[in-house]
Amino acid sequence: MMKRKPVYGLLAEFETPEALLDATQKTHAAGYQRIDAFSPMPIEGLSEACGFEQTKVAPATFIGGAIGASVGFGIQYYASVINFPLNIGGRPYNSWPSFIPITFELTILGASIACLVAMLALNGLPSPYHPVFNVPRFALASRNRFFLCVKARDKQFQLADTRQFLESLAPFGVYEIET
Amino acid sequence: MAPQGVQKTVEVEPVIPPLPEGYTYATVSDKISSIVLGQRWRRGWFAGFAGAFLLVMLLLYAICYLFVKGVGIWGINIPVAWGFAITSFVWWIGIGHAGTLISAILLLLHQRWRTSINRFAEAMTIFAVACAALFPLLHMGRPWLFYWLFPYYPSYMGTWPQFRSPLVWDVFAVSTYFTVSLIFWYVGLIPDLATLRDRAHTRFKQIVYGMMSLGWRGSAIHWSRYEMASLLLAGLATPLVVSVHTVVSFDFTIAIVPGWHSTIFPPYFVAGAIYSGFAMVLTLAIPLRKFYHLEEFITLRHLDNCAKVMLGTGLIVAYGYMMETYMALYSGDIFEKFMTHNREMGPYWFIYVIVLLFNVLLPQSLWSRRVRRSVPALFALSLIINIGMWTERFMIVVVSLHRDFTPSAWGLFIPTSWDWAVLVGTLGLFTALFYLFIRYLPAISIFETRRELAEEKEGK
Repeated sequence: MMKRKPVYGLLAEFETPEALLDATQKTHAAGYQRIDAFSPMPIEGLSEACGFEQTKVAPATFIGGAIGASVGFGIQYYASVINFPLNIGGRPYNSWPSFIPITFELTILGASIACLVAMLALNGLPSPYHPVFNVPRFALASRNRFFLCVKARDKQFQLADTRQFLESLAPFGVYEIET
Repeated sequence: MAPQGVQKTVEVEPVIPPLPEGYTYATVSDKISSIVLGQRWRRGWFAGFAGAFLLVMLLLYAICYLFVKGVGIWGINIPVAWGFAITSFVWWIGIGHAGTLISAILLLLHQRWRTSINRFAEAMTIFAVACAALFPLLHMGRPWLFYWLFPYYPSYMGTWPQFRSPLVWDVFAVSTYFTVSLIFWYVGLIPDLATLRDRAHTRFKQIVYGMMSLGWRGSAIHWSRYEMASLLLAGLATPLVVSVHTVVSFDFTIAIVPGWHSTIFPPYFVAGAIYSGFAMVLTLAIPLRKFYHLEEFITLRHLDNCAKVMLGTGLIVAYGYMMETYMALYSGDIFEKFMTHNREMGPYWFIYVIVLLFNVLLPQSLWSRRVRRSVPALFALSLIINIGMWTERFMIVVVSLHRDFTPSAWGLFIPTSWDWAVLVGTLGLFTALFYLFIRYLPAISIFETRRELAEEKEGK
């Protein structure tokens, strides 16, 4: 017989977003820490139910914007005042009002790129492989089904007990995820 | 007061819900993804794409000839050094703005009806900005030196771009706009690409869409960061879109040419941009919904709302025309007064007539709900406004330049066939890209439609 592969976790399938949200809250309340929910569209309150708190994307965006602004203004200041000052009728070298448009554009550019990179990096994307894809039914997670995953890394995870617990939440089915 | 006993009946407009009745998460996903994943090649698609592709070939031919001969093949000369190229640049950039308005500003304003049109409006933005960006490059004379516009090291002869010039601001504005629009569009596509990956039947499609979806799996934690990122990007794109056309208007208004040097230009340009952009949204949406049977997704309500935005921004544009004329007369400046007189009576008088007729007079029919809900009328109006707005930019660029201060320096601009070839060629490029987009990417956001369904079920 083939050697049984280690289990990544258990996946419970639900038919409605409400059922998934409810089950996630109950699972979290039962003391499971390493859980994740999967849905075809964002569901309000679901990530909080998994015990996740959103913190990092907005500050990263701000930092990106600040870098963009500094580079934008800095390069114009450096060029016009330090590196290549041009005296045109005694006008000030640091004519900051005319540096604003480029500073503004680069602020937006820096913030947007930082926002994209932070969102992808924190989410661990791109990740072409993930164990949940091993469950054939999981293809429906991008269509019309809602999944709850309890990972085997969870301290409380016991294959049989956790399966029993998930089944008590009235799912459509419970599947093992092979790593 | 109505007399007693007589009940005044009020005709209540039937509300068209933003989403079709009787659809579920599954059927919504299948219907929209089937346009992309369907095996059959539609003959209409092929014919349309072939036509557009021929125009792309024309564009490439015109560009090659331009690179060999130089900009002298166009009708431009002194005094009209900015001919079709800058006219079309402003027009294309403006068209892009409606896409950003729909995807970003209406998102922030919680306008739920935007869901079915935002995806293709964003695609329209990107393709339009790509067409727009071609023109200044082609107009440069030595386009292979375009990178001189950016500060780089070590720079040629140790100099810098002129950071105090609006033409350099424009480079930064347009390149930022293109990049941010692309990011926003791609972020929106990621979950839908995952749907296509999971729904695809062939291995090749699974791999391609799988790579493009970056392994998206719809995790709640991912969604949370994703939503935050979408919101932030929308918040960033909103001031950006206003800034871009403002900077484009600075190209004109910071110069002292009569007809350009005016403080009304920034708001008037932004309104004009959204005006022509919504016209282009309708020009694209009406055939799209017809040929792919998406009437249930892109409803009369969407068309009606687009028409209302057109009416509103059209009135701002009309106000701009009025103020330009008024300020010219009120200023007492003879060059400004002459410019206005020359617009109306000069050799390009018919341009001014077209502008007023197409941008001010005919769109007033949008006050009528019957017109706003009549698909053929809207389609005709959208084409009229597109042409009208292109003509307006021609008026601003060419008619202002051709007779400025000294009569001995006056001249006429007559477009050559190469001018037309490039303009028509970019129309072909835009159309060809749009055909490819419809064929290979979901033209309506699938996950947002599912979310709308969920919210509708909750009765929000």
